[in-house]
Amino acid sequence: MNSKKLQPSTMVLHVVLIIGACVMGLPFLWMILSALKDLSQVFVVPPKWIPEPFVWSNFKTSLTALPFGRAYFNSFYINVIVVFAQLITCSMAAYAFAKIRFPFREPLFILFLATMMVPGQVTIIPLYLMMKNFGWLDTHQSIIVPAALLNAFGVFLLRQFFRGIPKEMEEAAIVDGANRFTIYTRIMLPLVKPALSALGIFTFLGMWNNFFYPLIFLNSPEQFTVPMMLNLYRGMYATDWTLMMAGASIALLPVLIVYMIGQRYIIEGVTLSGIKG
Amino acid sequence: MDMKTAVNNGPSPSIDQTDTKRHFMRTKTVDSLWGYFFIFPQLVGLVIFSLIPLILAFAISLMSWDGFGERTFVGLDNFLGQFKDPDFRTALVNTLYYTVLTVPTGIILAMLVAIGLNKVKGKILYRLIYFMPNITMSVAVAVVFMWLFNADFGLINLYLKDWFGIEGPRWLTDTRFVMPSIALLSIWMGLGGSMVLFLAGLQGISATYYEAAQIDGASKWQQLRHITVPLLSSTTFFVTIMSVIGSFQVFDQSFVMTSGGPAKASYTLVYHIYDSAFVDFTFGTSTSAAVTLFAMILTLTLLQMKISKRWVHYEE
Repeated sequence: MNSKKLQPSTMVLHVVLIIGACVMGLPFLWMILSALKDLSQVFVVPPKWIPEPFVWSNFKTSLTALPFGRAYFNSFYINVIVVFAQLITCSMAAYAFAKIRFPFREPLFILFLATMMVPGQVTIIPLYLMMKNFGWLDTHQSIIVPAALLNAFGVFLLRQFFRGIPKEMEEAAIVDGANRFTIYTRIMLPLVKPALSALGIFTFLGMWNNFFYPLIFLNSPEQFTVPMMLNLYRGMYATDWTLMMAGASIALLPVLIVYMIGQRYIIEGVTLSGIKG
Repeated sequence: MDMKTAVNNGPSPSIDQTDTKRHFMRTKTVDSLWGYFFIFPQLVGLVIFSLIPLILAFAISLMSWDGFGERTFVGLDNFLGQFKDPDFRTALVNTLYYTVLTVPTGIILAMLVAIGLNKVKGKILYRLIYFMPNITMSVAVAVVFMWLFNADFGLINLYLKDWFGIEGPRWLTDTRFVMPSIALLSIWMGLGGSMVLFLAGLQGISATYYEAAQIDGASKWQQLRHITVPLLSSTTFFVTIMSVIGSFQVFDQSFVMTSGGPAKASYTLVYHIYDSAFVDFTFGTSTSAAVTLFAMILTLTLLQMKISKRWVHYEE
């Protein structure tokens, strides 16, 4: 009865939501479709959405015009190392903070939480000077090592999950003579797999999209990550829109794939932590 | 609870209990060492890549230094000087203007979308689309929007002309329009993140309020005004603070789309931090601006923590 009465208003709601969804989604569609156009099709008034004919060569050109393939490789291998390192280091710290009693545990944990409030721009100059001293400027260590060894958000996220595991799960193992390391690898890690996936996805997206640190630490195009290369592109081919759209599409593709696969984890993670994108 | 009783009801509970206790006592020191072992990698990271740089940042903010030559201690001169520095003032004003442009609009839109989505069929699909811009690469999106905003060949102006016969503004090259353009992009990007938080807030509102309101004959609009919006207030507050903090740190979009221009009209605080450090090599100036930004963010965070704590008590 009620739902019947609501029918027209529900219809209106859907229309509004669909218009909104178009606004949110059309820039992506425009990007991909334009990447498939010939440059001459771009300046047509009124704008044409469907490429005619489809031009696939933009993708090839943008991958080869600059060492974009190299940037892709750089971003991928940096990401793989950082994601794995973080899953290990964050889960270790999170397990200790959640399950092991040791002196100064609480103050240390609060210290971790406190660093989450420090914006990256504050520490960037000292970090830059440190990297210079280490001889790490313009190398991938400058991106990999800090990220691999510090993610307070990751520690916090995983600790929440470890805390949810009942004490008895490990007590039995302790009585059986298992040491902490065995408990961590054999019992604890398998139990927090969903949380590890969530953290892995977050880290991947954050690293893939990150522009600020590579901008400051990396100099030579061979070392560039994808966002850096795309920015270089923008400087060089500012008017060749189809090539730029091809570059942007290539840059976004992994993000969109990971999003489609892991959107449930991403949205839960955002909800849980209140930390956006 | 269940697990505990299960253990207590084991075959020989008393022996098991004392045995376990003695075992735990013996292993207490060993356990502490394990604790430090497990936190060691992240602790090293924390000290080297956060604590030490933070302390150094405070030190550098009190110096006049180009990063290579002489370091001169200048006390609070950098902090006092920045309010007379036209670049810093432009950056601060632009950043606050950007905050005003993005935060209220972004929050109202996100709240409306969340309320609209909350009970609707196809919620998951809508959510998927609305959230998508939130996780995409800012540089890639900025490149796409550069074209959309292009005065001569951008979609926005082409449609304005084609549909309404309006000559669109020169979005990214007009000092009056550049900040609103960047704000539009940011609202588009950020909407999904705030929406997800509002959706979570909506789950926390008990259905009984609406049932009671319906019995009392309250209209949908009254329910929205007197139940949904007030009960979302703590979420709204949280989202507001997070959005303001995010807006203080805007950089990528103006760096990629406009290089801070035209005429510094999109020169933001983080742009100033970047520029004075890595273009002008005035590390003291840059770091003092960064510490100022940190102070602004910290104030908001502490405010958020204090007020949300009070809210929790209030609800009890």
